Amino acid sequence: MSKKETKNNIQHRVLEKTPTGISGLDEITGGGLPKGRPTLVCGGAGCGKTLLSTEFIVKGAAEFNEPGVFMAFEETADELATNVASLGFDLQKLQKENRLRIDHVQIERNQIEETGAYDLEGLFIRLNYAIDSIGAKRVVLDTIENLFAGLTNIAILRAELRRLFHWLKEKGVTAIITAESGDGKLTRHGLEEYVSDCVILLDHRIIDQVSTRRMRIVKYRGSIHGTNEYPFLIDENGLSVLPVTSLNLEKNASSERIPTGIKALDGMLGGKGFYKGSSILVSGTAGTGKTSIAAHFANQACNDGRRCLYFAFEESPRQIIRNMKSIGMQFGRHIDGGLLKFYASRPTLYGLEMHLVTIHKLIREFKPEVVVLDPITNLITVGVLSDVKSMLIRLIDFLQNEGITVMFTALALNTVVGDQTDEGISSLVDTWLLVRDIESNGERNRGLYIIKSRGMKHSNQVREFVITDNGLDLVDVYLGPQGILTGSAREAQQITERTGVALHDYEVDAKDREIGRRRKVLEAKVLSLQSEFESAEEELNKIYLQEELKKQVSEKARQEMLRLRRGERGEEPTVEPKKKSNE
Amino acid sequence: MNSTERWELRLYVAGKTEKSVTALNNLKQYCEEHLKGQYKIEVIDLMVKPQLAEGDQILAVPTLVRKVPEPIRKIIGDLSDKEKVLVGLNIIPA
Repeated sequence: MSKKETKNNIQHRVLEKTPTGISGLDEITGGGLPKGRPTLVCGGAGCGKTLLSTEFIVKGAAEFNEPGVFMAFEETADELATNVASLGFDLQKLQKENRLRIDHVQIERNQIEETGAYDLEGLFIRLNYAIDSIGAKRVVLDTIENLFAGLTNIAILRAELRRLFHWLKEKGVTAIITAESGDGKLTRHGLEEYVSDCVILLDHRIIDQVSTRRMRIVKYRGSIHGTNEYPFLIDENGLSVLPVTSLNLEKNASSERIPTGIKALDGMLGGKGFYKGSSILVSGTAGTGKTSIAAHFANQACNDGRRCLYFAFEESPRQIIRNMKSIGMQFGRHIDGGLLKFYASRPTLYGLEMHLVTIHKLIREFKPEVVVLDPITNLITVGVLSDVKSMLIRLIDFLQNEGITVMFTALALNTVVGDQTDEGISSLVDTWLLVRDIESNGERNRGLYIIKSRGMKHSNQVREFVITDNGLDLVDVYLGPQGILTGSAREAQQITERTGVALHDYEVDAKDREIGRRRKVLEAKVLSLQSEFESAEEELNKIYLQEELKKQVSEKARQEMLRLRRGERGEEPTVEPKKKSNE
Repeated sequence: MNSTERWELRLYVAGKTEKSVTALNNLKQYCEEHLKGQYKIEVIDLMVKPQLAEGDQILAVPTLVRKVPEPIRKIIGDLSDKEKVLVGLNIIPA
């Protein structure tokens, strides 16, 4: 009650939080556990309650300079120290430095008789003494429910526990109380009634023989928190929670391009290749050359001096190196140069979460710019489809945050494009290449499409995809009246086309010659007509001249007559012969 | 019962509460009746010496611890049930 009142009085005071130092947990709780209040961590046996609380105390002491008290009701201080030593925590050292205090509370039922009224003041005093002796800010009670096994007076116990949690709040320590869940309830003895500020439920489920640990924040009073179930795992670095999806989508988007390693494919992607930091899915049926595409990409990245991490889930690195040598790639050189690193493991080796963490860890260590996962399909054998999807979402998120370009290959079991879900990640990836078989005329050829490529111009055409000794190449497929032609059908069609051209040329030549000949004939005709015309013209001229001469002669004769009549002598004899010569 | 046996009893209390006073009175009464001259009672107030709580694994108060003879036995509560206390301390057989 008093808490509520103060809360109302101080309106804008935000709940203070204590970071746990556990990777991922601080993110989903928005900063850590409620400061100065008890938090209940419940879960079945072996789900990691003790580890979580130990890590909370140890990280607090070692990293946040907040000393802690660990009150263990189950294990002795030595056992506890041994258990967490494998995780790299040195409890002895912390104890010597007065930053940690472990108090083992032992309840031996066969040693204890109960007669009459009592209270748990002894426990309070012990805890108080431990807290004050090192100035502790953090307290863990693991597992306080053991009291119920050791003491029989439930009424007293309940009253005392209620008093204890109150007392912890007043003391102002951030506490974790662990409890076993059971009987369909969060805790066997209903501790959630007393601890109401923050309740975290841990869970350990086995689906298809693969176990996954999960964590859920059941409630967190006065704070926003992730409500999902978050997988977490325990490895040699302790506990890490992996938020299923990072809570924001604030990734950097680079416009830098990164070549694919196949010139013609670059050409299909606007001439430059993929965006840096994008995710690429290459899917296709068996034997379509997915690994070859991925290897080209890796090879190109190394040639450009980028670091590349290649996760092989199907073949051993040696096998890949040998196979890729056959199409002209020298991976050995890049490995020696430290640019390329292979990591091969069988997907069934461990659960999905462990794979994810291994991938995370290797990426953090190697710091690659390009990551290849070949193929992701095999991971399906380890988990349920939805789990695989969520794992891949988290992986893509992580890689994009780091600005790493990733290429996945996936085996598609059917060839109908629309039916392919490809582990459901096709909507997450930025670029999706599909390699498929085109079967015709008794042979199988490979066709490559770009189904999508966000944010860039890309070809919508199917290209034939050929694997040569010098690597991969893409050839335009022939689109004829019979449909798409590939392979030898395409070659045949090209030959047919070449012969067609030759024939056509020959025909054109023949026509040309024909026309030449006709021209000559016509020209000859024109000539003869012209000469005919000339002779007709001459004839006409002759008639004109004769007319003229006749006119002249008759005129002369008339003049002569006139002269003769006047008695003059004419020149008649000269005119006569002239007339004769003109005829 | 062997009359030469020594009894060392420790009573842990937290301050002078009603329960601790009752417990101490009850204990003294039982010892006088059954262990006259053979016992020693040490009262430890955890309010004064909190560091001693861990050693005897004290949770509840009042707690009576039988240090000698071994094995260690513990009885918690105000010791109001006489028979239970005597049986618990193995003073009389069950």
